[in-house]
Amino acid sequence: MSTTLLNENDIARAISRISHEILERNQGAEDIALIGIRTRGVTLSSRLQDKINAIENTQVETGALDITLYRDDLGAGLQKPELKKTEITFGLEGKHVILCDDVLFTGRTIRAAIDALMDFGRPASVQLAVLVDRGHRELPIRPDYVGKNIPTPKTKRVQVHLKEIDGEDKVIIQEPVK
Amino acid sequence: MTQTASLSKRNIISMNGLKAEDIKVILDTAVSLKEISTRTIKKVPTLRGRTIINLFFEPSTRTRTSFEIAGKRLSADVINISGTGSSTAKGESLIDTARNLNAMNPDILVVRHNCSGAPALISQFVDCPVINAGDGTHEHPSQSLLDLLTIREHKGSLEGLKVTIVGDIAHSRVARSNILAMQTMGMKVKVVGPPTLIPVEIERLGVEVCYDLGQGINDADVIMILRIQLERQNQGLLSSLREYSNYFCLTEKHLSKAKKDTLIIHPGPVNRGIEIALDVMEGPRSVILDQVTNGVAIRMALFYLLLGESDADTN
Repeated sequence: MSTTLLNENDIARAISRISHEILERNQGAEDIALIGIRTRGVTLSSRLQDKINAIENTQVETGALDITLYRDDLGAGLQKPELKKTEITFGLEGKHVILCDDVLFTGRTIRAAIDALMDFGRPASVQLAVLVDRGHRELPIRPDYVGKNIPTPKTKRVQVHLKEIDGEDKVIIQEPVK
Repeated sequence: MTQTASLSKRNIISMNGLKAEDIKVILDTAVSLKEISTRTIKKVPTLRGRTIINLFFEPSTRTRTSFEIAGKRLSADVINISGTGSSTAKGESLIDTARNLNAMNPDILVVRHNCSGAPALISQFVDCPVINAGDGTHEHPSQSLLDLLTIREHKGSLEGLKVTIVGDIAHSRVARSNILAMQTMGMKVKVVGPPTLIPVEIERLGVEVCYDLGQGINDADVIMILRIQLERQNQGLLSSLREYSNYFCLTEKHLSKAKKDTLIIHPGPVNRGIEIALDVMEGPRSVILDQVTNGVAIRMALFYLLLGESDADTN
């Protein structure tokens, strides 16, 4: 059983608004770098990139980050999260880095992502853009740009579907599958 | 939501028993980990607080350094023990050494030994996973994995490729691991060398045998040259190194008749001019140093996959 929280148009409008907010806050696209957290954060970062490039007629840099190696929940056993590549081909020194992710929940992913970023240099600032903020933070982390705030019970699952990966654009909320 | 990767084995002693899916998981993981070694800060915190013991009873530069670097780039604490500087020199038995190390709670034991079967024996007396880093003339699994990664990088895929292994097949743990692993991955293996250095009935492993270098490499996609193990040549198996060279040293002349895009690999250390000519070793088709780079990534992948787990949600 699932309910749709955002449809294709809602997502497009959110991306558009966030792009403008990023430009407004950073007074243009100079020194901005968009870094997506794998997997869906990368898709979102490339959509933001297209939008920002179109608005400012420029080329902002983007990268992809896999945070698996920085997780705080790698225990003992043989099931491991599948590793994907981190691709950041430019220096972060002096850049305003916009971290992009699909859902902000406990904040632990973002903690790991910030740790990972610091291994690539010393950015001027790190800002956080998410499509959905569902609350329930376990760490002192807050987003700078939010597509939609959706207060949810902790037990439910929020899933973001994006065309590039899932064939359609939508955000749904589901009963937990047990 | 998170896709998971896992191995069906807890110890990496032999390529026998590793399934094609296991090998693919290891190679894919290594590809993702390779990027870390290109960073300015070559370290991720993944294995913080874990202890890896490198137990090396035989000389090694490449393999030991590679395992050590791999562990350190994942933030594990790596301890190196060599046969000569340890209590083995005082007469302690292998099993006692293993039990004592185990009492210090290591998370992984990497073992190299000049006796075939030593890592397998040790694995029965310790609680942590054991990785065989080369045992006698038995196997050297991580070497064959890095060979496969190097080949896949250059050829795109492994299935259907023809590989010719040249040299001292009888004493080569690299050959043995590769023969098993390559066939698991759907590759065709041919071995070339003097009859005294090719074990009898090796055909039963599914390989083709050839005693002529030129003939053996003419349709090969990959040529793997093995080191003539000078330390194992006192049994009268070769009349002289020079004679071996005359017949089995890979030269440009041989290569002119081979496939244009054939790949040349060598597990090292190289005896220049004995099993491979200098210009071939440093020529465009040789990817010997890529193998060394990939070795670190493969060993990082093994550590990552053998240590740790996650049941976490991506949200």
